[in-house]
Amino acid sequence: MLNKNLKELSGMLAGREISSVELTQEFLGRIEALNPEINAFITVDKDISLKQAQEADRRIAQGNAGPMTGIPVAQKDIFCAKGWRTTCGSKMLSNFVSPYDAHVIERFDQAGAVNIGKTNMDEFAMGSSNETSFFGAVKNPWDRRAVPGGSSGGSAAAIAARMAPVATGTDTGGSIRQPAALCGISGIKPTYGVVSRYGMIAFASSLDQGGPMGKSAQDLSIMLNVMAGFDSRDSTSLDRPVEDYSRSLDESVAGLRIGIPKQYFGEGLDPEVEKVVQDAISQYEKLGAKIVEVSLPNTRLSIPAYYVIAPAEASSNLSRYDGVRYGFRAQEYADLVDMYEKSRAQGFGAEVKRRIMVGTYVLSHGYYDAYYIQAQKIRRLIARDFTESFAKCDVIMGPTSPSTAFDLGEKGDDPVQMYLSDIYTIAVNLAGLPGMSIPAGFASNGRPVGLQIVGNYFSEAKMLNVAHQYQKNTDWHLRMPSI
Amino acid sequence: MSLSLNDVKRIASLSRIAIDDAEAQVVLSKLSGIFGLIEEMQAVDTAGIEPMSHAQEVSLRLRDDVVTEEDRHEEFQKGAPQVEAGLYLVPKVIE
Repeated sequence: MLNKNLKELSGMLAGREISSVELTQEFLGRIEALNPEINAFITVDKDISLKQAQEADRRIAQGNAGPMTGIPVAQKDIFCAKGWRTTCGSKMLSNFVSPYDAHVIERFDQAGAVNIGKTNMDEFAMGSSNETSFFGAVKNPWDRRAVPGGSSGGSAAAIAARMAPVATGTDTGGSIRQPAALCGISGIKPTYGVVSRYGMIAFASSLDQGGPMGKSAQDLSIMLNVMAGFDSRDSTSLDRPVEDYSRSLDESVAGLRIGIPKQYFGEGLDPEVEKVVQDAISQYEKLGAKIVEVSLPNTRLSIPAYYVIAPAEASSNLSRYDGVRYGFRAQEYADLVDMYEKSRAQGFGAEVKRRIMVGTYVLSHGYYDAYYIQAQKIRRLIARDFTESFAKCDVIMGPTSPSTAFDLGEKGDDPVQMYLSDIYTIAVNLAGLPGMSIPAGFASNGRPVGLQIVGNYFSEAKMLNVAHQYQKNTDWHLRMPSI
Repeated sequence: MSLSLNDVKRIASLSRIAIDDAEAQVVLSKLSGIFGLIEEMQAVDTAGIEPMSHAQEVSLRLRDDVVTEEDRHEEFQKGAPQVEAGLYLVPKVIE
């Protein structure tokens, strides 16, 4: 049951082998047993989940079910869900009960899915290890000394530990792909603008994008069919024809041109990770794909450019937390400014405060051109590199992360070391391209390794096809940690 | 570029984040490391490159100038720290 894919679960629900209530209870039981140690969920509300499951069972009985009706979905705690505490991993929002639903939540409700709980995350999605959460670190189900990655680490760990069949995530600089890689699951960040950001708590608005996380590419395609689509309430939501992201899963990859950027295989890459990724690429060659060398010469610059642009946007977005309209307010203060300053000093964690300060500085008078504008120019150079590469190939492949999951506490005190671990994922966000990670094997320490697949704009169906063909010929995505 | 303790205090004040001397010292060392990383950008010649502010080159949509929101202030204000008569309360600003 726990290792079944969405199609199988949906078939069992349709065939009355199991009810949604039973399925939901099964996963709630798993959460109850494992969450005290893994800490993948911040909020679980059995009553709401079971009510949704009963509703789904009614729908199934009426013959009104869709592919996700009755399926439990873990929701990253960055998505506002009406009546649910929605914290974004922060003390600032630790008592915030959302009065409305995010577009993504609405879509899952309409599809008849069951919200199984809100998953842990780095505070305001700022982190690559899940250690910045106000609600404590998440442990990697494959090795509890290790981080699950971040910021969607709770979602990734929940799937890896089979506490939920699928989950949502968001990806600003790698926050879906890197935890997917470190927890041995699959995840896709769609092209910027494909999934509405309405009700998704903002970090860096020109980079943030929601997407699905699950065991397999096939499951992701079913999820994305629910999540994607135009929404007038997000000014950057793209009004495009509705796609079926499952439509080409079964196409052959013979003749597929895979671009391999040499910059993704250089200094800083763990040799064991490199070996696993090269083996995965060899597997594609066996399936008839062709290897093409491409160049992404500005990869290294994506880190400084990102760590200017993302904090700049964050400093503006997070100015809304003022202790007046909602969220945390300090107990004692002398006047209005003192109330703002103390509420923010006590309500935000150290990493969030650092990023707000970096952003404030790079946007301040006298530094705007040297930092913010220069970073935006480099962003253009990075996007151009990808455009030139996609003239020669259909997808780009490489490692998702330079190493396997690192130990809890290993990089916690050194933000620069933490930022460098985002080297292979950040450029994709700056360019606005879709990117995904799928499990490709393990290192000798027993920790999973992810293969990153980057596609051209709006090529999600193609990428899912490419990933699915690999998963038809390998079983890495079906491996479970022994817990 | 090297930051001073006063720079950190000024940035914190612009960010509306209270900071004491001991904390400012710690933040100074972290921010200096981050700016060391960011400085790598300065060596890049970007003359003639148009800044890219957004992933998709689309213009903002316009909508009809009509009211679309209903009044839900009571619901929205339930989560506010201090409310009276439908108004958010803050410390006195004008004496």
